[in-house]
Amino acid sequence: MTSFILRAATGYLMPLLLLLSVFMLLRGHNEPGGGFIGGLLAAAAFAFHALAWGPRATLELLRADPRTIIAAGLAAALLAGVVAAAAGEPFLTAHWLPIALPGVGKVGTPLLFDVGVYLVVVGTTTLILLTLGED
Amino acid sequence: MSSGWIVLLPLLAPLAAAAAGLLAWRAPRIQAALGIVGAGAQLAAGLGLLQQVLREGVQAVQLGSWPAPFGITFAADLLGAVMVVVTGVIGLAVTVYSLADIDPGRRAFAYFPLVQVLLAGVAGAFLTGDIFNLYVCFEVLLMASFVLLALGGERAQMAGALTYVTLNLVSSALFLAGVGLTYGITRSLNMAELHLRLGVVAESRPELVLALAGLFFVAFGIKAAVFPLYTWLPASYHTPPVAVSALLAGLLTKVGVYALIRVLTLVFPPLPGVGTFLLAVASLTMVFGVLGAVAMFETRRILSFHIVSQIGYMVMGLALVGSDSPAVRAAGLAAAVLYIVHHIIVKANLFLVSGIAARLGGSFQLARVGGLAAAAPWLALLFLIPAGSLAGVPPLSGFWAKLAVVRAGLAGEAWWTVAAALGAGLLTVLSMVKIWTEAFWKPAPDTATPPPPAARWRLALLAAPSLGLAALTVAIGLYPRPLYELARRAAEQLLAPSNYVAAVGVATAHDSARGDGKGGQ
Repeated sequence: MTSFILRAATGYLMPLLLLLSVFMLLRGHNEPGGGFIGGLLAAAAFAFHALAWGPRATLELLRADPRTIIAAGLAAALLAGVVAAAAGEPFLTAHWLPIALPGVGKVGTPLLFDVGVYLVVVGTTTLILLTLGED
Repeated sequence: MSSGWIVLLPLLAPLAAAAAGLLAWRAPRIQAALGIVGAGAQLAAGLGLLQQVLREGVQAVQLGSWPAPFGITFAADLLGAVMVVVTGVIGLAVTVYSLADIDPGRRAFAYFPLVQVLLAGVAGAFLTGDIFNLYVCFEVLLMASFVLLALGGERAQMAGALTYVTLNLVSSALFLAGVGLTYGITRSLNMAELHLRLGVVAESRPELVLALAGLFFVAFGIKAAVFPLYTWLPASYHTPPVAVSALLAGLLTKVGVYALIRVLTLVFPPLPGVGTFLLAVASLTMVFGVLGAVAMFETRRILSFHIVSQIGYMVMGLALVGSDSPAVRAAGLAAAVLYIVHHIIVKANLFLVSGIAARLGGSFQLARVGGLAAAAPWLALLFLIPAGSLAGVPPLSGFWAKLAVVRAGLAGEAWWTVAAALGAGLLTVLSMVKIWTEAFWKPAPDTATPPPPAARWRLALLAAPSLGLAALTVAIGLYPRPLYELARRAAEQLLAPSNYVAAVGVATAHDSARGDGKGGQ
């Protein structure tokens, strides 16, 4: 089933949703948002794409296999926790870079952890959607 | 204070192995190797942790350096450390066994990383000092076990997995409700702080605390498979591949028993009538479990019912915390700890052996196999050790575990439960003899369809973990004192929660907060 309306709308909606997801991810440290919500928004963008163009096209668009995305996210989150070991502090103790990036704010291990969560959620949700979509 | 990485290593090692394994999802061989490394690292970390706890007492770590009642606490006392070591042993044994037992189809769907996730969840449950985090760890291990049970998608597996998932979700919901109510009543989720606060609540509103304990009992009772909440277990544990059965049978119900022990000794103050209630539950669990086993003629179903029956012995040891005499309380808890350790090793091993027997004989149905004692005498010996231990034949580990439980029961004057324990023990012998005579002793029936002989390396890989676990059983049987001493010390720690509370550091945080308040006035 092809719908030109959906395809045309996806062209506009997808970049917006992806931008919003990154915004949510970055704002999540002190305000509502974070890796989980951001990840779900990004997954919604890919779901739109899969509905409009079919799961196979979405897989090509993603380039990386969803499983790789999940694993990378898990690894990022674990790494964010393990950084503290270098300073002899407990697991997950936050460490920040001394300078703030323009537009992003302070960068540190909590952000890396959130990015990890984001990737796991994106990977898991798209894996489920694409697997169900293929049947 | 050290930063407590040793407390988290048994959890982080398998988690890292799982993440790395997923990254290599195209290469099941690498996943298998990472599985061995992860389980081995967990065992090594567990041994290191146990040594540290023996030397320096309860170890605690505050994740993210957030002080105790506000952040997530992980804490290892002797019970937690011992459980983690046993988890590592079973994890390693089952992973090695899986190398020869698990088919490529299941491997392609990340079987080995899933086992690592399960091991991480189990270790987390044993080490966490936060009751909500305990819920999270339960979910992690349950998610992994759901997938492991259903992986492969055979018809019987789906039926079993559905029962398992449904009842465990009910249990999780009850657990979560209990956690929510606990927070509503006490404004805390830290188990050490709950110990301080629920005691105060119990003085003014004892019925509230009792209701809360009831909720937790049902939630953990389903996971531990006690009477009358055990029906999901025999319906599901015989359906997946043997390696998965062994993993679940060895570890998962014992996580439920562990949670019961932890909650009743640390979180809740002594509750009226809990001893009598638990003794009744223990007796019924032992008897009903063993009667179920007597009626079965499929090896794994017999073994599944025996898990239920054996859980009764552990609950019996725990029930004695309701006793008035401190000596009986200590003896009961020590017996429960000893029983759990013995049981995990033996039960996992029995499942592993039953898998080898089915591979050689062609079936798990006792009517369709036979003559294994003549065909594979080494396997007969491998079966006799854990089977004798389960039945309580001296001088194997089960004998000492049963002896400890029964002696504690006699000291606590729990006559009916002791009678039930002895009766169930006798019937356990009966069903082990049943497997022995049917599968090993009687000549192979004409209907038997022995499969083509397996390759030598495959048999060696299957037999090696089983041999290792059998050696542990014999070692505990011949030198029970070190393990009993460990169990006794673990029980002492459980009965004096002030050490745990002090290690976590909430008591001091409290006092200083109170002091600050006074200073401000």
